[in-house]
Amino acid sequence: MAWETVIGLEIHSQLRTKSKIFSGASTSFGAKPNTQACAVDLGYPGVLPVLNKEAVNMALSFGLAINAKINQYSIFARKNYFYPDLPKGYQISQFELPIVGQGEIEIPLDDGQNKMVRITRAHLEEDAGKSIHDLYDDFTAIDLNRAGTPLLEIVSEPDMRSAKEAVAYAKKIHALVQYIGICDGNMQEGSFRCDANVSIRKKGDELGTRAELKNINSFKFLEKAINLEVERQIDILEDRGSIVQETRLYDSDKNETRSMRSKEEANDYRYFPDPDLLPVVIDDELLVQIKNSLPELPTEKKIRFIDVFGLSEYDAENLTVQKDIADYFESMIAQGADIKLSVNWVMGELSASLNKNQIEIQDSPISAIELYELITKISDNTISGKIAKDIFKSMWEGKGSVEEIIENQGLKQMTDIDALEGIIDEVINSNTLQVQQFKDGNSKLLGFFVGQVMKATNGKANPKQVNKILNDKLS
Amino acid sequence: MMHKLSIAELSKGLKNKDFSSVELTQHYLDRIAVSELNSYITVTDELALSQAKDADFKIAKGKGTILTGIPYAHKDIFCTQGVKTSAGSKMLDSFISPYDATITEKFNNENMVMLGKTNMDEFAMGSSNENSFYGPVKNPWDQKRVPGGSSGGSAAAVAARIAPFATGTDTGGSIRQPASLCGITGIKPTYGRVSRYGMIAYASSLDQAGPLTKTAEDAAIVLNSMAGFDDKDSTSAIKEMPDYTKNLGNSIKGLKIGLPREFFSKGLDSDVEKVIMQSISKFEVMGAEVHEVSLPNSAYAIPTYYIVAPCECSSNLSRFDGVRYGYRCDDPKDLNDLYLRSRSEGFGDEVKRRIMIGTYALSAGYYDAYYLKAQKVRHLISEDFKKAFESVDVIMGPVSPTTAFEIGAVKDSVSMYLADIYTLSANLAGLPGMSIPAGFSNNLPVGLQLIGNHWSEETLLNTAHQFQLQTNWHSQLPVEP
Repeated sequence: MAWETVIGLEIHSQLRTKSKIFSGASTSFGAKPNTQACAVDLGYPGVLPVLNKEAVNMALSFGLAINAKINQYSIFARKNYFYPDLPKGYQISQFELPIVGQGEIEIPLDDGQNKMVRITRAHLEEDAGKSIHDLYDDFTAIDLNRAGTPLLEIVSEPDMRSAKEAVAYAKKIHALVQYIGICDGNMQEGSFRCDANVSIRKKGDELGTRAELKNINSFKFLEKAINLEVERQIDILEDRGSIVQETRLYDSDKNETRSMRSKEEANDYRYFPDPDLLPVVIDDELLVQIKNSLPELPTEKKIRFIDVFGLSEYDAENLTVQKDIADYFESMIAQGADIKLSVNWVMGELSASLNKNQIEIQDSPISAIELYELITKISDNTISGKIAKDIFKSMWEGKGSVEEIIENQGLKQMTDIDALEGIIDEVINSNTLQVQQFKDGNSKLLGFFVGQVMKATNGKANPKQVNKILNDKLS
Repeated sequence: MMHKLSIAELSKGLKNKDFSSVELTQHYLDRIAVSELNSYITVTDELALSQAKDADFKIAKGKGTILTGIPYAHKDIFCTQGVKTSAGSKMLDSFISPYDATITEKFNNENMVMLGKTNMDEFAMGSSNENSFYGPVKNPWDQKRVPGGSSGGSAAAVAARIAPFATGTDTGGSIRQPASLCGITGIKPTYGRVSRYGMIAYASSLDQAGPLTKTAEDAAIVLNSMAGFDDKDSTSAIKEMPDYTKNLGNSIKGLKIGLPREFFSKGLDSDVEKVIMQSISKFEVMGAEVHEVSLPNSAYAIPTYYIVAPCECSSNLSRFDGVRYGYRCDDPKDLNDLYLRSRSEGFGDEVKRRIMIGTYALSAGYYDAYYLKAQKVRHLISEDFKKAFESVDVIMGPVSPTTAFEIGAVKDSVSMYLADIYTLSANLAGLPGMSIPAGFSNNLPVGLQLIGNHWSEETLLNTAHQFQLQTNWHSQLPVEP
């Protein structure tokens, strides 16, 4: 019997509040080390935390977006452990009574089906600072700018059955937190981080012993790390060994996971309610207010794209994965762009270029309006689809607007029928052998003639017109 | 003789230009200079004189408040920007606070004059001031004896009139007990009344700051300045601030005084009991009614407190790790060594003992049996008071089972803990409590404890004030050497 993979994810999503969760210091990324940490973040003697209400509202937005049970009475607890980038010697988190209780989210599977993944809880906590080990030979440097940044830790049930499913789930959450505007989703800067709990079992068996994979900051690595871990566990079990419950670190440079600490070495966090903070009490009014202010959610948007634009389930899913992609697409449509062409270009050329250059769509060098202008030139037969791809490349490289590029490179489709006929006549006259073969019934040679004409016109001829004229002349 | 005047009298003297704040401050600094009580860890002469100058300027412009230009001694647990804030610990011997506690800020805003930072049990853990890195404080009534703790330096300074008043903090009796042992007035307000921001935390759910003064009237004046909501402290109460001096003239006729049976049991020194009962009789003469009440769970106050407080302190003191500020051991081998030796060398025995107790009690498998159980008992203790306050206005009893004991006399921690029996419950229940001079036993002061319902500081202060109008225990002074 085959092994079944069981995966649960813990996602740390950095909330986009202006100030930290328990202090007034700024949360912006990239400042000089230790310049965005106030006495509270530094854990000075006597300082006290004050809860940032914006972080609470964001957690509630998330809870409402996944139809979760909201705990209208939740408490903060201290998670005690020593580490140099944890200034107070404890992290303020939530343990019993998290603000968001059970919820669920639907993810798309490869076979076109959907699957519900249950979310156990989501709780608020503060981030730690950063330890930098490679700056000095004999010292570890500490940067506490990140200390106190609000996090929403989203914990799933062990409902995923493959690395692909785990990635689909992570992407779905990634999209959702950006949709509702609570997280910038920037994985490079660590705004969205995943830990994966991975175990394997024979189908139908109890859950196996799990390993927790930490420090994964891209979807690609998530998939790789899980697959590596599954292979490792299968090798162990098939050699009649047993899995040790442990935390493993994924090293993307070496593409391996290695043990950080076993269960025995695990910290006893000595959680207890933080006496410096009052319980968080949420009244019904606030819940209604936040519910009403939620934007259109991905699932709703997907259904609308199918209903209003007549998109396929597949296209609608892909276009709504990221709010920014959906917005880009909708801006094109709003200009009056052809729907089918827009879908093809956004999901095709644009996505490919963005992926290749690792650029987010909001930073795309070609704006929605510019892409609209480009495909409009296809719709009105100014250029062919093939030329359009070349123009896209030029636009991507910043060589000017659609009009300018067409003008400067003389790419306008030939509309002068006489000139085109002249070129076609030339092609026919200089390929008499092929003309004969064609007339003898080798109809495949039409493509050869079209190719010759396109070559002679530098691709500017309208392929449909060329076909028609050739057919007329050769028959 | 300026040092014998009350705050109201000093304020009047400043306003009338009988003396300047600089003169007053210098007078106190001179007295501090010759004192041998070890009640100050740091004397801030220069700062005090410059603050006094500012205060005189303000008074001259007719702008000050009643506290402008009044010197005070600040317990070394309150952060003071640019001034060493040690909490009585080697751990913070080198710590200069980069910011002011809310109370410090409030006092500065009124142009009060800080004479210095007072000695205390390390991180406020202790009942005798013997647990200070800076050595024990001597009781001005008998220098062989302790002043009580943890606000021992503050109490001794006020008793010896080397500060007009002092600040203190009370987690399990640390204002009331030293006030009692030194023969002065001290009030621990309702939990949440005074901001804890910038007050180095011992046990966050119990800590509360308050003044140590010569009289109840002085306490009311100072509390007016200290108390109030602070948006930097989530546990501070959003509650209207009365003028604590306003009702000081009220009659206490018909005041219902409750005497908890459990506060007069074995263990209470018979001479102390005699003094307490005499002062209760005085209240009866003044028109109050005396009733017996019961606080059946008060016997559990000690074990409950000595679970809750160490649990919280074990976490609160984790920040002292040698990484960012404070004591760091020499040449740490690695991270673990840095933690281990910085904390082993930087903390004193009693602090380490409580950190260990708390760490143990919060550990997996023990949490329910200790921490959770203690929280439940804490709730029961609160319920006892709630019930008692249905029938009485003020609960009275002793503060401490004995008068001040000799330095070094109590050798084991448990005996020391047991002496906190009468003060802990008020902290566990978050109630205001007070100690006022009630008489003497063998020439040592005995304090009477007043415990009120939540937010009843006005009643406590007026009850104490009325007593002080009829008695002169509060104006007795120790013999100066």
